[in-house]
Amino acid sequence: MSFDFAACRKDFPLLANSGIAYLDSAATAQRPVPVLDAVQDFYEQANANPLRGLYALGMEATERYEAARERVRRFINAGSEREIIFTRNTTESINLVAYSYALNHLKPGDEIFVSIMEHHSNLLPWQMAARQTGAKLVYLECEPDGSLPEERLRAVIGPHTKIAAIGQVSNVLGCTNPVETIIRMVHENGGVVLVDAAQSAPHMKIDVQAMGADFLAFSGHKLMAPMGIGVLYGREELLDEMPPFLTGGEMIDSVTRDGAVYAELPHKFEAGTVNAGGAVGLAAAIDYLESIGFEAIHAQEQALTRRAFEGMREIPGVHILGSDDPDRHGGILSFTVDGVHPHDIASILDANGVAIRAGHHCAQPLLQYLGVRSCARASLAFYNTPEDVDRFLEALRGVRKEMGYADIL
Amino acid sequence: MQTFYNEVLTDHNLYPAHKHPLPGANMTLEGVNPSCGDDIVLQLRVENGRIEEGAFVGDGCAVSQASADIMLDLVIGRTVEEAKELAACFLRMIKGSASDEDMDKLEEAGALQDIAHMPARVKCAVLGWHTMERMLDA
Repeated sequence: MSFDFAACRKDFPLLANSGIAYLDSAATAQRPVPVLDAVQDFYEQANANPLRGLYALGMEATERYEAARERVRRFINAGSEREIIFTRNTTESINLVAYSYALNHLKPGDEIFVSIMEHHSNLLPWQMAARQTGAKLVYLECEPDGSLPEERLRAVIGPHTKIAAIGQVSNVLGCTNPVETIIRMVHENGGVVLVDAAQSAPHMKIDVQAMGADFLAFSGHKLMAPMGIGVLYGREELLDEMPPFLTGGEMIDSVTRDGAVYAELPHKFEAGTVNAGGAVGLAAAIDYLESIGFEAIHAQEQALTRRAFEGMREIPGVHILGSDDPDRHGGILSFTVDGVHPHDIASILDANGVAIRAGHHCAQPLLQYLGVRSCARASLAFYNTPEDVDRFLEALRGVRKEMGYADIL
Repeated sequence: MQTFYNEVLTDHNLYPAHKHPLPGANMTLEGVNPSCGDDIVLQLRVENGRIEEGAFVGDGCAVSQASADIMLDLVIGRTVEEAKELAACFLRMIKGSASDEDMDKLEEAGALQDIAHMPARVKCAVLGWHTMERMLDA
Protein backbone atom coordinates (compact mmCIF):
# COMPACT_ATOMS: atom_id res chain seq x y z
CA MET A 1 0.00 0.00 0.00
CA SER A 2 1.39 3.37 -0.91
CA PHE A 3 1.59 6.19 1.60
CA ASP A 4 -1.16 8.80 1.42
CA PHE A 5 0.81 12.03 1.08
CA ALA A 6 -2.27 14.20 0.66
CA ALA A 7 -3.56 12.97 4.04
CA CYS A 8 -0.27 13.64 5.87
CA ARG A 9 -0.73 17.33 5.17
CA LYS A 10 -3.04 17.54 8.20
CA ASP A 11 -0.14 16.42 10.40
CA PHE A 12 1.52 19.81 9.81
CA PRO A 13 -0.45 22.51 11.65
CA LEU A 14 1.59 25.38 10.26
CA LEU A 15 0.87 24.42 6.68
CA ALA A 16 -2.85 24.30 7.41
CA ASN A 17 -2.90 27.46 9.56
CA SER A 18 -0.80 29.69 7.33
CA GLY A 19 -2.23 28.59 4.01
CA ILE A 20 1.09 29.34 2.34
CA ALA A 21 2.99 27.23 -0.16
CA TYR A 22 6.07 26.57 1.95
CA LEU A 23 8.98 25.94 -0.42
CA ASP A 24 11.88 26.55 1.96
CA SER A 25 12.34 23.18 3.64
CA ALA A 26 16.05 23.17 2.83
CA ALA A 27 16.31 26.08 5.30
CA THR A 28 14.15 24.44 7.93
CA ALA A 29 11.38 21.85 7.74
CA GLN A 30 7.90 22.15 9.21
CA ARG A 31 7.05 19.99 12.25
CA PRO A 32 4.34 17.35 12.36
CA VAL A 33 2.01 16.91 15.33
CA PRO A 34 3.73 13.74 16.66
CA VAL A 35 6.97 15.72 17.07
CA LEU A 36 5.24 18.62 18.81
CA ASP A 37 3.36 16.14 21.03
CA ALA A 38 6.53 14.28 21.97
CA VAL A 39 8.22 17.49 23.09
CA GLN A 40 5.18 18.58 25.07
CA ASP A 41 4.85 15.13 26.61
CA PHE A 42 8.47 15.22 27.74
CA TYR A 43 7.97 18.54 29.51
CA GLU A 44 4.59 17.52 30.97
CA GLN A 45 5.47 13.98 32.07
CA ALA A 46 9.23 13.57 32.39
CA ASN A 47 10.85 16.95 32.88
CA ALA A 48 13.85 16.96 35.20
CA ASN A 49 17.50 17.64 34.52
CA PRO A 50 18.72 14.48 32.77
CA LEU A 51 21.85 12.61 33.88
CA ARG A 52 21.73 14.12 37.38
CA GLY A 53 18.57 13.40 39.31
CA LEU A 54 18.61 10.45 41.66
CA TYR A 55 14.83 10.53 41.99
CA ALA A 56 12.41 8.66 39.73
CA LEU A 57 11.52 11.68 37.60
CA GLY A 58 15.17 12.46 36.95
CA MET A 59 15.75 8.89 35.88
CA GLU A 60 12.74 9.06 33.58
CA ALA A 61 14.17 12.18 31.93
CA THR A 62 17.53 10.44 31.54
CA GLU A 63 15.89 7.36 30.07
CA ARG A 64 13.98 9.35 27.48
CA TYR A 65 17.08 11.33 26.54
CA GLU A 66 19.19 8.22 26.16
CA ALA A 67 16.41 6.40 24.28
CA ALA A 68 16.51 9.27 21.78
CA ARG A 69 20.23 8.69 21.37
CA GLU A 70 19.61 5.01 20.67
CA ARG A 71 16.95 6.02 18.13
CA VAL A 72 19.48 8.23 16.33
CA ARG A 73 22.06 5.43 16.43
CA ARG A 74 19.65 3.09 14.64
CA PHE A 75 18.65 5.84 12.18
CA ILE A 76 22.20 6.17 10.83
CA ASN A 77 23.30 2.63 11.78
CA ALA A 78 26.18 3.65 14.03
CA GLY A 79 27.95 0.81 15.84
CA SER A 80 27.44 2.21 19.33
CA GLU A 81 25.49 4.86 21.24
CA ARG A 82 28.85 6.16 22.41
CA GLU A 83 29.35 7.44 18.88
CA ILE A 84 26.27 9.71 18.96
CA ILE A 85 26.87 13.18 20.39
CA PHE A 86 23.96 15.57 20.74
CA THR A 87 24.82 19.12 19.74
CA ARG A 88 22.80 22.22 18.85
CA ASN A 89 23.04 21.80 15.09
CA THR A 90 25.30 20.87 12.17
CA THR A 91 27.38 23.99 12.66
CA GLU A 92 28.21 23.07 16.25
CA SER A 93 28.93 19.46 15.27
CA ILE A 94 31.45 20.54 12.66
CA ASN A 95 33.03 23.07 14.99
CA LEU A 96 33.44 20.33 17.59
CA VAL A 97 35.49 18.29 15.12
CA ALA A 98 37.44 21.31 13.88
CA TYR A 99 38.42 22.37 17.43
CA SER A 100 38.85 19.00 19.13
CA TYR A 101 40.22 16.92 16.27
CA ALA A 102 41.70 19.19 13.62
CA LEU A 103 43.60 21.54 15.93
CA ASN A 104 45.22 18.55 17.62
CA HIS A 105 46.14 16.64 14.46
CA LEU A 106 47.16 19.16 11.82
CA LYS A 107 50.60 20.59 11.28
CA PRO A 108 52.13 22.80 8.59
CA GLY A 109 52.24 20.97 5.26
CA ASP A 110 49.08 19.00 5.96
CA GLU A 111 46.02 19.57 3.81
CA ILE A 112 42.31 19.86 4.48
CA PHE A 113 40.03 19.74 1.51
CA VAL A 114 36.49 20.93 1.14
CA SER A 115 34.36 21.18 -1.95
CA ILE A 116 33.60 24.54 -3.49
CA MET A 117 29.90 23.93 -2.79
CA GLU A 118 30.18 23.73 1.00
CA HIS A 119 27.80 25.69 3.18
CA HIS A 120 29.73 28.27 5.20
CA SER A 121 29.23 26.08 8.28
CA ASN A 122 31.38 23.40 6.64
CA LEU A 123 33.94 25.93 5.45
CA LEU A 124 34.64 28.53 8.12
CA PRO A 125 35.65 25.98 10.82
CA TRP A 126 38.23 24.58 8.38
CA GLN A 127 39.51 28.01 7.44
CA MET A 128 40.00 28.56 11.18
CA ALA A 129 41.76 25.21 11.65
CA ALA A 130 44.05 25.84 8.67
CA ARG A 131 44.95 29.32 9.93
CA GLN A 132 45.73 28.11 13.42
CA THR A 133 47.79 25.06 12.46
CA GLY A 134 49.50 26.19 9.26
CA ALA A 135 47.75 23.47 7.28
CA LYS A 136 46.58 24.26 3.77
CA LEU A 137 42.93 24.48 2.77
CA VAL A 138 42.37 23.00 -0.68
CA TYR A 139 39.19 23.42 -2.74
CA LEU A 140 37.66 20.62 -4.72
CA GLU A 141 35.90 22.32 -7.62
CA CYS A 142 32.84 20.84 -9.29
CA GLU A 143 31.50 20.82 -12.83
CA PRO A 144 28.83 23.47 -13.51
CA ASP A 145 26.15 20.80 -12.95
CA GLY A 146 27.65 20.04 -9.53
CA SER A 147 29.20 16.70 -10.45
CA LEU A 148 32.61 15.67 -9.11
CA PRO A 149 34.35 13.38 -11.59
CA GLU A 150 37.10 11.14 -10.22
CA GLU A 151 39.89 13.04 -11.96
CA ARG A 152 38.91 16.11 -9.96
CA LEU A 153 39.03 14.03 -6.77
CA ARG A 154 42.43 12.58 -7.69
CA ALA A 155 43.78 16.10 -8.19
CA VAL A 156 43.13 17.13 -4.58
CA ILE A 157 43.44 13.86 -2.62
CA GLY A 158 46.95 12.72 -1.75
CA PRO A 159 49.28 11.76 1.06
CA HIS A 160 49.04 15.28 2.53
CA THR A 161 45.25 14.98 2.85
CA LYS A 162 44.57 14.72 6.57
CA ILE A 163 40.93 15.85 6.67
CA ALA A 164 38.25 16.05 4.01
CA ALA A 165 34.95 17.81 4.75
CA ILE A 166 32.22 17.28 2.22
CA GLY A 167 28.51 17.92 2.04
CA GLN A 168 26.53 14.88 0.95
CA VAL A 169 23.92 17.05 -0.79
CA SER A 170 24.57 20.63 -1.89
CA ASN A 171 22.17 23.19 -0.37
CA VAL A 172 22.33 25.21 -3.60
CA LEU A 173 22.57 22.73 -6.46
CA GLY A 174 20.80 19.82 -4.77
CA CYS A 175 23.25 17.33 -6.25
CA THR A 176 24.30 14.26 -4.28
CA ASN A 177 28.06 14.00 -3.96
CA PRO A 178 30.04 10.74 -4.24
CA VAL A 179 30.92 10.59 -0.54
CA GLU A 180 31.68 6.84 -0.58
CA THR A 181 34.31 7.29 -3.31
CA ILE A 182 35.81 10.30 -1.54
CA ILE A 183 35.95 8.40 1.77
CA ARG A 184 37.66 5.42 0.11
CA MET A 185 40.25 7.62 -1.59
CA VAL A 186 40.97 9.70 1.53
CA HIS A 187 41.28 6.56 3.67
CA GLU A 188 43.77 5.09 1.20
CA ASN A 189 45.86 8.16 1.94
CA GLY A 190 45.46 7.91 5.71
CA GLY A 191 43.10 10.87 6.20
CA VAL A 192 39.68 11.16 7.82
CA VAL A 193 36.42 12.40 6.33
CA LEU A 194 33.63 14.48 7.83
CA VAL A 195 30.32 14.24 5.97
CA ASP A 196 27.94 17.20 6.28
CA ALA A 197 24.58 15.44 6.07
CA ALA A 198 22.44 18.52 6.86
CA GLN A 199 20.71 18.37 3.47
CA SER A 200 20.80 14.60 2.98
CA ALA A 201 19.60 13.17 6.31
CA PRO A 202 15.97 14.32 5.77
CA HIS A 203 15.79 12.74 2.32
CA MET A 204 17.81 9.54 2.12
CA LYS A 205 18.83 6.54 4.19
CA ILE A 206 22.21 7.03 5.81
CA ASP A 207 24.34 4.13 6.98
CA VAL A 208 27.54 5.51 8.49
CA GLN A 209 29.19 2.09 8.61
CA ALA A 210 28.47 1.23 4.99
CA MET A 211 29.50 4.73 3.97
CA GLY A 212 32.68 4.53 6.04
CA ALA A 213 32.37 8.09 7.40
CA ASP A 214 34.70 9.05 10.23
CA PHE A 215 32.45 11.93 11.28
CA LEU A 216 28.95 12.82 10.15
CA ALA A 217 26.91 15.87 11.17
CA PHE A 218 23.28 16.82 10.76
CA SER A 219 20.65 19.15 12.25
CA GLY A 220 17.35 18.11 13.74
CA HIS A 221 15.41 21.11 12.47
CA LYS A 222 15.79 20.23 8.80
CA LEU A 223 14.42 16.82 9.68
CA MET A 224 11.22 18.11 11.31
CA ALA A 225 12.61 18.08 14.87
CA PRO A 226 12.67 21.24 17.02
CA MET A 227 15.37 23.84 16.42
CA GLY A 228 18.40 23.55 18.68
CA ILE A 229 19.13 19.85 18.50
CA GLY A 230 21.78 18.40 16.23
CA VAL A 231 23.93 15.31 15.95
CA LEU A 232 27.57 14.50 15.57
CA TYR A 233 28.47 10.93 14.75
CA GLY A 234 32.12 10.04 15.22
CA ARG A 235 33.97 6.75 15.14
CA GLU A 236 34.53 5.72 18.73
CA GLU A 237 38.32 5.41 18.53
CA LEU A 238 38.54 8.96 17.16
CA LEU A 239 36.14 10.49 19.69
CA ASP A 240 37.81 8.62 22.53
CA GLU A 241 41.13 10.32 22.13
CA MET A 242 39.72 13.80 21.39
CA PRO A 243 39.69 16.39 24.20
CA PRO A 244 36.33 17.93 25.18
CA PHE A 245 35.11 20.81 23.04
CA LEU A 246 33.25 22.59 25.82
CA THR A 247 33.88 22.06 29.51
CA GLY A 248 31.56 22.42 32.46
CA GLY A 249 28.79 20.51 34.15
CA GLU A 250 27.90 16.86 33.66
CA MET A 251 30.87 16.06 31.42
CA ILE A 252 33.19 15.01 34.24
CA ASP A 253 33.88 12.07 36.48
CA SER A 254 35.60 14.12 39.16
CA VAL A 255 36.93 17.62 39.65
CA THR A 256 39.55 18.92 42.04
CA ARG A 257 41.03 22.40 42.51
CA ASP A 258 43.68 21.54 39.94
CA GLY A 259 41.87 19.62 37.29
CA ALA A 260 39.22 17.15 36.25
CA VAL A 261 38.74 13.65 34.96
CA TYR A 262 36.38 13.80 32.03
CA ALA A 263 33.34 11.61 31.61
CA GLU A 264 33.19 8.75 29.17
CA LEU A 265 31.72 9.03 25.69
CA PRO A 266 29.33 10.39 24.69
CA HIS A 267 28.84 12.66 27.71
CA LYS A 268 32.39 13.99 27.49
CA PHE A 269 31.13 16.14 24.61
CA GLU A 270 27.83 17.23 26.16
CA ALA A 271 28.74 19.87 28.70
CA GLY A 272 25.96 21.65 30.54
CA THR A 273 22.26 20.89 30.70
CA VAL A 274 21.30 19.09 27.52
CA ASN A 275 18.40 19.73 25.15
CA ALA A 276 16.45 16.66 26.19
CA GLY A 277 13.15 17.97 24.80
CA GLY A 278 14.83 18.53 21.46
CA ALA A 279 16.38 15.06 21.50
CA VAL A 280 13.01 13.48 22.27
CA GLY A 281 11.49 15.53 19.43
CA LEU A 282 14.23 14.36 17.09
CA ALA A 283 13.51 10.73 17.94
CA ALA A 284 9.82 11.36 17.17
CA ALA A 285 10.73 13.01 13.87
CA ILE A 286 12.83 9.98 12.93
CA ASP A 287 9.92 7.70 13.82
CA TYR A 288 7.66 9.80 11.60
CA LEU A 289 10.08 9.79 8.66
CA GLU A 290 10.69 6.07 8.89
CA SER A 291 6.97 5.32 9.20
CA ILE A 292 6.65 6.78 5.70
CA GLY A 293 9.92 5.29 4.48
CA PHE A 294 12.64 6.90 2.45
CA GLU A 295 11.63 5.08 -0.71
CA ALA A 296 8.16 6.67 -0.68
CA ILE A 297 9.58 10.03 0.40
CA HIS A 298 12.09 9.97 -2.43
CA ALA A 299 9.47 9.09 -5.04
CA GLN A 300 7.13 11.85 -3.85
CA GLU A 301 9.88 14.49 -3.70
CA GLN A 302 11.13 13.47 -7.12
CA ALA A 303 7.65 13.81 -8.63
CA LEU A 304 7.23 17.28 -7.10
CA THR A 305 10.70 18.32 -8.24
CA ARG A 306 9.99 17.21 -11.80
CA ARG A 307 6.74 19.15 -11.86
CA ALA A 308 8.48 22.31 -10.65
CA PHE A 309 11.49 21.81 -12.91
CA GLU A 310 9.45 21.27 -16.08
CA GLY A 311 7.25 24.26 -15.28
CA MET A 312 10.21 26.54 -14.59
CA ARG A 313 11.87 25.55 -17.84
CA GLU A 314 8.80 26.80 -19.72
CA ILE A 315 9.04 30.31 -18.25
CA PRO A 316 11.14 32.72 -20.33
CA GLY A 317 13.94 34.38 -18.40
CA VAL A 318 14.10 31.72 -15.68
CA HIS A 319 17.39 29.83 -15.34
CA ILE A 320 17.88 26.85 -13.02
CA LEU A 321 21.35 26.36 -11.51
CA GLY A 322 22.96 22.94 -11.67
CA SER A 323 21.98 19.79 -13.47
CA ASP A 324 19.58 19.61 -16.44
CA ASP A 325 18.20 16.44 -14.90
CA PRO A 326 15.47 17.12 -12.30
CA ASP A 327 16.25 13.79 -10.63
CA ARG A 328 19.69 15.14 -9.68
CA HIS A 329 18.28 18.09 -7.74
CA GLY A 330 17.19 16.42 -4.52
CA GLY A 331 14.19 18.75 -4.21
CA ILE A 332 16.38 21.86 -4.42
CA LEU A 333 15.86 24.25 -7.33
CA SER A 334 18.03 27.37 -7.25
CA PHE A 335 17.33 29.84 -10.00
CA THR A 336 17.63 33.33 -11.37
CA VAL A 337 15.20 35.48 -13.35
CA ASP A 338 16.69 37.77 -15.99
CA GLY A 339 16.69 41.38 -14.85
CA VAL A 340 15.15 40.70 -11.44
CA HIS A 341 17.12 40.59 -8.21
CA PRO A 342 16.45 37.44 -6.14
CA HIS A 343 15.18 39.47 -3.18
CA ASP A 344 12.58 41.07 -5.44
CA ILE A 345 11.61 37.59 -6.69
CA ALA A 346 11.15 36.44 -3.09
CA SER A 347 9.08 39.51 -2.16
CA ILE A 348 6.77 39.06 -5.15
CA LEU A 349 6.33 35.36 -4.43
CA ASP A 350 5.69 36.17 -0.77
CA ALA A 351 2.88 38.53 -1.80
CA ASN A 352 1.40 35.48 -3.56
CA GLY A 353 1.68 33.27 -0.49
CA VAL A 354 4.74 31.37 -1.67
CA ALA A 355 7.75 31.15 0.65
CA ILE A 356 11.16 30.71 -0.97
CA ARG A 357 14.70 31.61 -0.02
CA ALA A 358 16.81 34.24 -1.77
CA GLY A 359 20.38 35.37 -1.32
CA HIS A 360 23.73 33.67 -1.28
CA HIS A 361 22.48 30.64 0.71
CA CYS A 362 25.58 30.70 2.93
CA ALA A 363 27.56 29.37 -0.03
CA GLN A 364 29.31 32.45 -1.39
CA PRO A 365 32.38 30.65 -2.81
CA LEU A 366 30.11 28.41 -4.92
CA LEU A 367 28.12 31.36 -6.29
CA GLN A 368 31.36 33.19 -7.10
CA TYR A 369 32.61 30.04 -8.84
CA LEU A 370 29.38 29.78 -10.85
CA GLY A 371 29.50 33.50 -11.65
CA VAL A 372 26.20 34.26 -9.93
CA ARG A 373 25.91 37.09 -7.39
CA SER A 374 22.87 35.64 -5.67
CA CYS A 375 19.94 33.44 -6.52
CA ALA A 376 16.48 32.39 -5.43
CA ARG A 377 15.82 28.86 -4.18
CA ALA A 378 12.69 26.76 -3.99
CA SER A 379 13.12 23.58 -1.96
CA LEU A 380 10.57 20.81 -1.67
CA ALA A 381 9.65 18.23 0.93
CA PHE A 382 7.26 15.29 0.81
CA TYR A 383 4.55 17.32 2.59
CA ASN A 384 4.37 19.75 -0.32
CA THR A 385 1.57 19.23 -2.81
CA PRO A 386 1.32 19.59 -6.59
CA GLU A 387 -0.86 22.64 -5.81
CA ASP A 388 2.04 24.23 -3.90
CA VAL A 389 4.21 23.76 -6.97
CA ASP A 390 1.55 25.20 -9.27
CA ARG A 391 1.10 28.27 -7.07
CA PHE A 392 4.85 28.79 -7.18
CA LEU A 393 4.93 28.49 -10.98
CA GLU A 394 1.95 30.81 -11.39
CA ALA A 395 3.59 33.48 -9.23
CA LEU A 396 6.95 33.01 -10.93
CA ARG A 397 5.32 33.57 -14.33
CA GLY A 398 4.19 37.01 -13.15
CA VAL A 399 7.51 38.19 -11.72
CA ARG A 400 8.95 40.02 -14.72
CA LYS A 401 5.64 41.71 -15.48
CA GLU A 402 5.30 42.79 -11.86
CA MET A 403 8.76 44.36 -12.12
CA GLY A 404 7.64 46.50 -15.04
CA TYR A 405 8.97 44.49 -17.96
CA ALA A 406 6.76 44.69 -21.02
CA ASP A 407 6.90 41.00 -21.93
CA ILE A 408 3.77 39.07 -21.05
CA LEU A 409 4.96 35.68 -19.88
CA MET B 1 -1.26 40.24 -6.89
CA GLN B 2 -0.71 42.91 -4.22
CA THR B 3 2.91 43.97 -3.93
CA PHE B 4 4.72 47.18 -3.10
CA TYR B 5 6.28 47.22 -6.57
CA ASN B 6 4.31 50.18 -7.89
CA GLU B 7 5.05 51.91 -11.17
CA VAL B 8 7.21 54.64 -9.66
CA LEU B 9 9.47 52.04 -8.12
CA THR B 10 9.75 49.78 -11.16
CA ASP B 11 10.28 52.74 -13.52
CA HIS B 12 13.16 54.10 -11.47
CA ASN B 13 14.64 50.61 -11.30
CA LEU B 14 14.39 49.85 -15.01
CA TYR B 15 15.07 53.34 -16.34
CA PRO B 16 17.18 55.15 -13.74
CA ALA B 17 18.03 58.76 -14.58
CA HIS B 18 21.07 58.98 -12.34
CA LYS B 19 22.74 55.56 -12.60
CA HIS B 20 26.09 56.39 -14.15
CA PRO B 21 29.58 57.41 -13.08
CA LEU B 22 30.06 61.09 -12.24
CA PRO B 23 33.49 62.26 -13.43
CA GLY B 24 33.30 65.68 -11.74
CA ALA B 25 32.31 64.31 -8.31
CA ASN B 26 34.07 65.68 -5.23
CA MET B 27 32.41 63.22 -2.82
CA THR B 28 32.24 59.44 -3.29
CA LEU B 29 31.07 56.82 -0.80
CA GLU B 30 30.16 53.14 -1.06
CA GLY B 31 27.16 51.74 0.78
CA VAL B 32 26.60 48.02 1.28
CA ASN B 33 23.66 46.05 2.59
CA PRO B 34 25.14 42.62 3.37
CA SER B 35 21.78 40.90 3.88
CA CYS B 36 20.66 41.56 0.28
CA GLY B 37 24.09 42.00 -1.26
CA ASP B 38 23.01 45.48 -2.37
CA ASP B 39 25.96 47.64 -3.23
CA ILE B 40 25.93 51.24 -4.39
CA VAL B 41 28.58 53.87 -4.91
CA LEU B 42 27.09 57.32 -4.47
CA GLN B 43 28.82 60.32 -6.01
CA LEU B 44 28.04 64.00 -5.50
CA ARG B 45 29.50 67.31 -6.67
CA VAL B 46 28.90 69.76 -3.87
CA GLU B 47 29.81 73.42 -4.42
CA ASN B 48 29.28 76.14 -1.80
CA GLY B 49 26.99 73.95 0.26
CA ARG B 50 24.77 73.00 -2.69
CA ILE B 51 24.48 69.60 -4.42
CA GLU B 52 25.12 70.57 -8.02
CA GLU B 53 25.31 67.03 -9.45
CA GLY B 54 24.73 63.52 -8.19
CA ALA B 55 24.80 59.96 -9.52
CA PHE B 56 25.26 56.36 -8.40
CA VAL B 57 26.42 53.06 -9.75
CA GLY B 58 25.60 49.78 -8.15
CA ASP B 59 24.03 46.41 -8.14
CA GLY B 60 21.21 45.18 -6.03
CA CYS B 61 17.51 44.70 -5.63
CA ALA B 62 14.97 46.98 -7.26
CA VAL B 63 14.13 48.64 -3.96
CA SER B 64 17.69 49.75 -3.26
CA GLN B 65 18.37 50.91 -6.81
CA ALA B 66 15.08 52.72 -7.33
CA SER B 67 15.28 54.37 -3.92
CA ALA B 68 18.75 55.78 -4.69
CA ASP B 69 17.54 57.10 -8.06
CA ILE B 70 14.46 58.75 -6.53
CA MET B 71 16.65 60.28 -3.82
CA LEU B 72 18.97 61.87 -6.37
CA ASP B 73 15.98 63.29 -8.26
CA LEU B 74 14.99 65.01 -5.03
CA VAL B 75 18.33 66.28 -3.74
CA ILE B 76 20.10 67.52 -6.85
CA GLY B 77 19.99 71.32 -6.80
CA ARG B 78 19.26 71.48 -3.07
CA THR B 79 21.50 72.65 -0.27
CA VAL B 80 23.25 70.13 1.95
CA GLU B 81 20.97 71.14 4.82
CA GLU B 82 17.85 70.57 2.71
CA ALA B 83 19.15 67.17 1.61
CA LYS B 84 19.77 66.15 5.23
CA GLU B 85 16.25 67.25 6.16
CA LEU B 86 14.83 65.15 3.30
CA ALA B 87 16.83 62.14 4.53
CA ALA B 88 15.33 62.63 7.99
CA CYS B 89 11.83 62.79 6.44
CA PHE B 90 12.47 59.61 4.46
CA LEU B 91 13.68 57.71 7.52
CA ARG B 92 10.60 58.88 9.45
CA MET B 93 8.42 57.58 6.61
CA ILE B 94 10.15 54.19 6.67
CA LYS B 95 9.64 54.01 10.44
CA GLY B 96 5.96 54.77 9.89
CA SER B 97 5.99 58.14 11.67
CA ALA B 98 6.04 60.65 8.81
CA SER B 99 3.76 63.69 9.01
CA ASP B 100 1.66 64.96 6.10
CA GLU B 101 4.22 67.72 5.72
CA ASP B 102 7.02 65.12 5.47
CA MET B 103 5.10 63.24 2.80
CA ASP B 104 4.63 66.43 0.76
CA LYS B 105 8.35 67.10 0.84
CA LEU B 106 9.21 63.56 -0.21
CA GLU B 107 7.19 63.76 -3.44
CA GLU B 108 7.89 60.59 -5.48
CA ALA B 109 9.87 58.99 -2.64
CA GLY B 110 6.47 58.51 -0.99
CA ALA B 111 6.03 55.59 -3.40
CA LEU B 112 8.28 53.60 -1.06
CA GLN B 113 6.02 54.16 1.94
CA ASP B 114 4.62 50.61 1.99
CA ILE B 115 8.10 49.19 2.57
CA ALA B 116 7.68 50.32 6.17
CA HIS B 117 5.55 47.16 6.53
CA MET B 118 8.32 44.93 5.13
CA PRO B 119 11.04 44.79 7.80
CA ALA B 120 13.17 42.53 5.61
CA ARG B 121 13.32 45.19 2.90
CA VAL B 122 13.71 48.38 4.94
CA LYS B 123 17.50 48.21 4.71
CA CYS B 124 17.24 48.15 0.92
CA ALA B 125 15.08 51.28 0.87
CA VAL B 126 17.32 53.30 3.18
CA LEU B 127 20.69 52.26 1.69
CA GLY B 128 21.04 55.30 -0.61
CA TRP B 129 19.75 57.72 2.00
CA HIS B 130 22.05 56.41 4.75
CA THR B 131 25.01 56.54 2.40
CA MET B 132 24.24 60.18 1.56
CA GLU B 133 23.82 61.09 5.23
CA ARG B 134 27.18 59.53 6.12
CA MET B 135 28.77 61.40 3.25
CA LEU B 136 27.34 64.79 4.14
CA ASP B 137 28.06 64.38 7.86
CA ALA B 138 31.70 63.43 7.27
